[in-house]
Amino acid sequence: MSIQLESGADPGRKIARKGSENKEVGQDRKEKTQGRAAALLVAPSLLVLAIVILYPVLNAIYMSFQQDEGLDPVTGSFVAGGFAGFANYIHWLFQQCETPTGAASCPPGTLGAQFWSATGVTFFFTVVTVFFETILGFWMAVIMARTFRGRSVLRAAVLVPWAIPTAVTAKLWFFIFAFDGIANTLFNTEILWTGSQGPAQAAIIIADVWKTTPFMALLILAGLQMIPAEVYEAAKVDGASAWQRFRLITLPLVKPALMVAILFRVLDALRMYDLPAIMTGGANGTTTLSILVVNQIRVGFNSAAALSTITFLIIFIVAFIFVRFLGANAVESASGGEKRKNK
Amino acid sequence: MGIKISKVYRPMAAFAVLALALSACGGGNGGGGDGGGAASQNLDSRGPITYVQGKDNSEVIRPLVDKWNAAHPDEQVTFKEQSDKADQQHDDLVQRFQAKNGDYDVASVDVVWTAEFAAKGWLQPLKDTMAVDTTGFLPATVAAATYKDTLYAAPQTSDGGILYYRKDLVPTPPKTWEEMMGMCSIAKEKGIDCYAGQLAQYEGLTVNVAEAINTAGGTIVDKDGKATVDAPEARAGLNNLVQAYKDGNIPKQAVTYQEEQGRASFQDGKLMFLRNWPYVYNLAKTDGASKVKDTFGIAPLPGKDGPGSSSLGGHSLAISVDSKNKATAKDFVSFMISEETQKFYATQGSLAPVLESLYSDAALVEKLPYLPVLLTSIQNAVPRPVTPFYPAVTLAIQQNSFAAINGSKSVDQAMTDMQAAISAAGAK
Amino acid sequence: MSTSTANVQAHTAAAKSVARRRESWANTRTYISAAVIVVWCLLPFYWMIVTAFRDVGYTFDSTPFFTHVTWDNFKTAFSAEMGNHLDKALMNSLFISGVTTVVALLFGVFAAYALARLKFRGKFMVLGVVLGASMFPGVAIVTPLFQLFGNIGWIGSYQALIIPNISFVLPLTVYTLTSFFREMPWELEEAARIDGCTQGQAFRKIIMPLAAPAVFTTAILAFIASWNEYLIASILSNDATQTVTVAIARFAGSEPHQEPYTAVMAAGTVVTIPLVILVLIFQRKIVAGLTAGAVK
Repeated sequence: MSIQLESGADPGRKIARKGSENKEVGQDRKEKTQGRAAALLVAPSLLVLAIVILYPVLNAIYMSFQQDEGLDPVTGSFVAGGFAGFANYIHWLFQQCETPTGAASCPPGTLGAQFWSATGVTFFFTVVTVFFETILGFWMAVIMARTFRGRSVLRAAVLVPWAIPTAVTAKLWFFIFAFDGIANTLFNTEILWTGSQGPAQAAIIIADVWKTTPFMALLILAGLQMIPAEVYEAAKVDGASAWQRFRLITLPLVKPALMVAILFRVLDALRMYDLPAIMTGGANGTTTLSILVVNQIRVGFNSAAALSTITFLIIFIVAFIFVRFLGANAVESASGGEKRKNK
Repeated sequence: MGIKISKVYRPMAAFAVLALALSACGGGNGGGGDGGGAASQNLDSRGPITYVQGKDNSEVIRPLVDKWNAAHPDEQVTFKEQSDKADQQHDDLVQRFQAKNGDYDVASVDVVWTAEFAAKGWLQPLKDTMAVDTTGFLPATVAAATYKDTLYAAPQTSDGGILYYRKDLVPTPPKTWEEMMGMCSIAKEKGIDCYAGQLAQYEGLTVNVAEAINTAGGTIVDKDGKATVDAPEARAGLNNLVQAYKDGNIPKQAVTYQEEQGRASFQDGKLMFLRNWPYVYNLAKTDGASKVKDTFGIAPLPGKDGPGSSSLGGHSLAISVDSKNKATAKDFVSFMISEETQKFYATQGSLAPVLESLYSDAALVEKLPYLPVLLTSIQNAVPRPVTPFYPAVTLAIQQNSFAAINGSKSVDQAMTDMQAAISAAGAK
Repeated sequence: MSTSTANVQAHTAAAKSVARRRESWANTRTYISAAVIVVWCLLPFYWMIVTAFRDVGYTFDSTPFFTHVTWDNFKTAFSAEMGNHLDKALMNSLFISGVTTVVALLFGVFAAYALARLKFRGKFMVLGVVLGASMFPGVAIVTPLFQLFGNIGWIGSYQALIIPNISFVLPLTVYTLTSFFREMPWELEEAARIDGCTQGQAFRKIIMPLAAPAVFTTAILAFIASWNEYLIASILSNDATQTVTVAIARFAGSEPHQEPYTAVMAAGTVVTIPLVILVLIFQRKIVAGLTAGAVK
């Protein structure tokens, strides 16, 4: 860290020379003043989030405690369901369905029977894709950060997968993984990519890793570029091996960017929808929580609101664990800034 | 540090609790299906309206709307195109109808959505002053647009499954399923696959399974929407597909086939029998890659002892109960289902008419040689389950029959589960 | 610097040649890695282009090189007669994503500055709420938003598309910028203030150049995320404001049930290339930013 400060001190000094005298700046500005400035600065962001996220979330929570419309057998029309208490939540968490003979375990082929399997599938996809994306993304970033002829070609190429709209990507991979598609032709195989569980999950993972690794790589690259070259040179001179340089310099200095990247990838992967929806339609063990939500919205809105809220809570818990135990650092960084200032 | 971080979450939890408290005062989404009030309003008013349907594939709708607008300067129709995907069309309609603001006056609805939309109270019943003339229409198309004995939409176009076969290999097409299975040895000799339909797990699977069940004499739901699949005939129907897949008469990759993959295989000369919609006819004749241009024929779907029962496809025109100008909407609907317009659908867009007499119209048959075969198909067609819970019912059919076809569940178990799942859909 | 120069000079000639050989091996490895990455990233894209140029009658042909080449799919993608207004949609997407990126970055920089730099109560609340916005399934937001915007007559307007987009990219923007701002040498800002700059000037002249890589990376991420947004646009746009993702989803074959694969791939190619060019321009800025930051 000290190296960074030294190296960065140059422009500061230039400016220092311009100034004619050292003005005393109040060292301890009142926290109140800062609070007012901070409120002004964060207000625009919070306002936008409030409009777009807050209202829908509150609305969903309210609806999740209402019953879905039921059919009046006489008129054949739907009628409002009334207050539901926790019925919608129990329906999902315990996979209990109303049947003509009373409450029972949801039969196979209903959405209610799929909550826990969808949760499992979602976590499986998240862990596997984020793992590969992190490893590959780091590797790509390290290569991209090097200086060599043709680097811009590499940078352009890396961006391509991510720049293609997801809906097109999903179509593309659906096409690639068709039975008579290019994947089977190239590898001379006869795999039913979208027709059975293992290959279907693999196909989605491959497509997702291909598509989102650039996101990881870019964020990590930005982190790498914030590390001054002098740090490495100094370490080299001191005889540090490549591995030592990576472990002792690169990793710690890039960690803030890396953790933010992983955190947001996890949050996104937990809400994965497009790829499985277009490639398999959720068949063959690829129904994620978001697919379940979409299917449920078509059947009953209030129950879907409960499922959305549960999904929200699950992601909340994951993010909590992530931040609390793995030290995803965005929060820490906020206090870090202060620490330095107060030093 | 850890303690600090958990601070983020404490306010968030408090926030969540607050949210719960606050939202109790918020407005819910108005449920309720009864459109009683709206259904009797604006019946005589005229003015501009909006017509919505899926993507206008082949320049059919725009010329028609232009024609209407030229003749009705004070009752202009704005044409709004939706996505090409049925699911997305459905969701878009639900959004607009739910908002109850009359954004869409006339909508083209897939035959399987009519019951759901009608039960939600979003569609204007087409009776009394709003009645439209459906004389001469194919009965199955009218049945699919009817819910609780009331017509809620006017049949617009139809669609049915037909059997494509290789007349160079099989001179006379099979009449029954068993006959077809018997012919599979010919395909084997030639080293090609025998039969495929749409068996990937999506809406197409429901179509194919419903055909198998109906053809074997079974039903999926009865008139009151009660599940009826756990019965010997229905089981026999599904078993036909399961057995054929097990025997290899249906190739293993058929569980990944939607319409297009099956068409590709058939056109490539790698498949002897294909169940598909009429659209394949033109493409198999004209596609550059087609190797069967002159060697394929068409026939009604094979049945138990006569033609099989096709699932019915197609669209109907519905008027929103919240439309501000229902008189104009009704006139426009009548215009869009008129004989002349239906001829235009057929010649311009290869869309099958709903008016029975057009299937023997010499000029049309010359242009669309499959019409007589398609007529047999639609005459024997059974609408897919007419139920307001269609999305749940189709899911129950898809998931359980797919499990039976790939062998992870016995046919008996699949039908028991399907029965239970369809019942649960109605009960919730 | 001088120490390291001295050290290097102190090395023997033999050590130099070893170092050079090692360096050239490292270079080779870099090139091999770069080649592998390029192939991995571009192979599916290559297939997309092959399909985009293939005659629609040969859609399912899986020959891995260009055959039956035609421009027809591109014509279809832009065809006004078929109702595929891809050119209009491209302008809409550029506008919507551009405004989204600028506004989100502006708001993000404000918020991140406050979060990284200022002391105030409720900071954790702010961070939590911002992150919470990334936790709700996107599909569940559409309907309430439709109702909300419907009530104020915004359906089909640009703001109805831009505001949700901003909120979708804000969490990432705020978090990335906050985490990068924390790494900034804020002492420089203090120094500048001592020299008579206002806090704003100090921030603009000293901190922003140093933060440029982070800011431009975030801009790229925000722009692409917004460019790819489909769900909201599909429900809240109308014919005049539809974005490329919506336009492509509305493509259709010439017959019912026919999948317009080739036209979709052509459109995919068309919408990807301007993005890559744009990003390359941004990236040049990143390098420029680094130099301006005078890290040396």
